[in-house]
Amino acid sequence: MLEAIGLAAVRGEQVVFADLSFNLASGEALLLTGANGSGKSTLLRLLAGLVPAAEGALLWHGGDALSDVPTHAARLRYLGHLDALKPGLTLDENLTLWARLWGGRVAPALEAVGLEGLGHLPARMLSAGQKRRAALARLALAPVPLWLLDEPSVGLDTGSIGLFGAMLATHRAAGGAVVAATHVDLPLPGARIFHLGQPA
Amino acid sequence: MIALLRREWLLAARHPGDTLASMLFFLLVTALFPFGVGPAPDMLARLAPGALLAAALLAALLPLDRLFAAEAEDGSLDQLLLSGLSGTQIAAVKALAHWLTTGGPLLLASPIACAMLNLPVPAWGVAALALGLATLFLSLLGTAGAALTLGARRGGVLLPLLVLPLAIPAMIFGAAGIEAAASGAAWQPFLLLLGALAAAALPLAPFAAGAALRAE
Repeated sequence: MLEAIGLAAVRGEQVVFADLSFNLASGEALLLTGANGSGKSTLLRLLAGLVPAAEGALLWHGGDALSDVPTHAARLRYLGHLDALKPGLTLDENLTLWARLWGGRVAPALEAVGLEGLGHLPARMLSAGQKRRAALARLALAPVPLWLLDEPSVGLDTGSIGLFGAMLATHRAAGGAVVAATHVDLPLPGARIFHLGQPA
Repeated sequence: MIALLRREWLLAARHPGDTLASMLFFLLVTALFPFGVGPAPDMLARLAPGALLAAALLAALLPLDRLFAAEAEDGSLDQLLLSGLSGTQIAAVKALAHWLTTGGPLLLASPIACAMLNLPVPAWGVAALALGLATLFLSLLGTAGAALTLGARRGGVLLPLLVLPLAIPAMIFGAAGIEAAASGAAWQPFLLLLGALAAAALPLAPFAAGAALRAE
């Protein structure tokens, strides 16, 4: 489904990584590991089309993925370090924007991450873990083929990780692929590990 | 796009301080003129068109540096760029929202400012129209400027330096239009030119801003 050929990224004058190639089939999961600064986040942003590749190609079903960025964006959900919640808006209002843009309904998405009944609270009243779960709820709104997750489990308690695992399993069972950067274990059975080393 | 505009509207309604600050800034700047140049009515009426325009453009500039910076800081910008909307569409909504939440309230405040500057009453309508068009032009230019200066250190200082020189034509035509209306001459040509400026910026500025957001 997704194929990376010889990807390289440059930040400032520094090569973050070079000559990365991998293949991702539908239903598969790829775990990005590596030391801090090894380029995991950069790779995820590159796969999302948020930063340009210095070299190499990214293919989607054999065609150039990044030739049309909005089309590529519609195939994926990206979860970054930041939760992208507006503190002044309630949880419902925060998610309603995305539900209107992507389709899906807010209430089931909140239920999927165990935040049901908290939709009326302003996002600034939530704890860090609850904010993370609200960000995860965006994944549950409407199905897309590819999830790009940057340390998705930061701040989650054990129960929430269980719910997140169920979301991941449903997504993969429906043929969705996952690329996740992490330092801890994620509930992704059978995931391949892709280690990012320091560039030579 | 409608969804994003509704969210921007909701955000402005939840944080009315930004809108109020621009409005009060506008009124305070226009209130300074009578103190500075003396309360002679003729002198004030001469100054009024330029003072109105300058105060309105500066007031509209106030919230611009947070336009994209606030989105970038909490990660919303990344999500917006991946929302399926193009950069141009995002910038167009942002510019429109800025105009509605800053330019609109300035229009509401403009009769008070006109009175303080002793502008002849028949010119008040033209003044409101000129302010509306000039702030639209500034919202569009400012959106492009905000997208370009995003990520720059001291972007808040860079932004006015970038945008205000480009707003000079709006200043000239707007002030000339109000002055013509105040002295009973034909004001339409000036406002038509001002409208043409806004119309030219309408497609160009969001396009430039969208390209800048993508490159960021």
